[in-house]
Amino acid sequence: MSATPAMRKAADTAHEEARFRYVLRLADTSLVLGQRLGEWIGRAPALEEDLALANLSLDLIGQARLLLTYAGELEGRGRDEDALAFLRDAPEFVNLTLAEQPNDDFGHTIVRQWLIDAWQLEIYTRLEHSTDTRLAAIAAKALRETRYHYRFSSGWLVRLGDGTPESHRRIQSALDDLWRFTPELFAPDEVDERMSDAGIAPPLTELASPWSARIDEALRAATLTRPASQPYPWHGKRGVHTEHLGHLLAEMQHLQRTYPGARW
Amino acid sequence: MSEADWPLFEVFIRSRSGLEHKHVGSLHAADARMAIEHARDVYTRRQEGVSLWVVRSADIVASDPGEAEALFEPARDKVYRHPTFYAIPEEVKNL
Repeated sequence: MSATPAMRKAADTAHEEARFRYVLRLADTSLVLGQRLGEWIGRAPALEEDLALANLSLDLIGQARLLLTYAGELEGRGRDEDALAFLRDAPEFVNLTLAEQPNDDFGHTIVRQWLIDAWQLEIYTRLEHSTDTRLAAIAAKALRETRYHYRFSSGWLVRLGDGTPESHRRIQSALDDLWRFTPELFAPDEVDERMSDAGIAPPLTELASPWSARIDEALRAATLTRPASQPYPWHGKRGVHTEHLGHLLAEMQHLQRTYPGARW
Repeated sequence: MSEADWPLFEVFIRSRSGLEHKHVGSLHAADARMAIEHARDVYTRRQEGVSLWVVRSADIVASDPGEAEALFEPARDKVYRHPTFYAIPEEVKNL
């Protein structure tokens, strides 16, 4: 039995819906992580670090803008980057749960950054060759930035891990706290599978081993201990978040929610 | 961790290939790698350069201001050392 036009249309719609969600997840992870880094501005341990964190933040928000704009076009309901960033509630955000975790101390910020940088390195390296040329172009730009982000975060990881007893203790504790969010990075669902089947995205499971090798190499240099695996996959990318995201969005969206359409 | 614990580094930027590195300022960093990263983040945000040098400020040997007269005054009346007696071809850039 061959597919009827109606069946083909339904399949196309499901495919486009999955592509929208896939791009939105990448966008939200960059946006939320960028917003978190922005919270350091004026409070970083040194003037130079203040600027460094702001630079990373702006890179990530820049990536989010390109991805959100593309997601809005894929969705086709007239939502632009601003509507997607400022007018969605927490359950509609589909970032990785790790990205929304609080800054806590500098060690937590660095571990969170380093884990996501390593993940983005793997994903952007492969998305650069996506059959979706728009996504490939965004990934190519993001990849250049991400290589620097990884240099920055892994440098700090080693400096703190292989630093003083106090810095070692604190960064190991940050690693122990945040490690439980890493299974989500490699847990594919139907959106990921549709995208990898279509050649748009790499199979997520393919990233786990190179990511793990990179992580272990840095942990060795930093004299840190890899925590035991924790099987529970968090579901931020399905819209199920920890309580921290709501607070982040309240601050990020406050102005547009209070003064809708405000421009300056 | 306070910034006062971090040594001072001087930063030099080459604005484009073929030109020399120029001193642009200084910053604090815990080590050389961090100094390069800070220099990148503080001084090249607006495409100011294509290459960076950093050097520990403590490693720079400076002339003594008290000796300025002995060091620099004798050059004052030796105008013949200036290459102002030559016509420079228009094609020569960056001289």
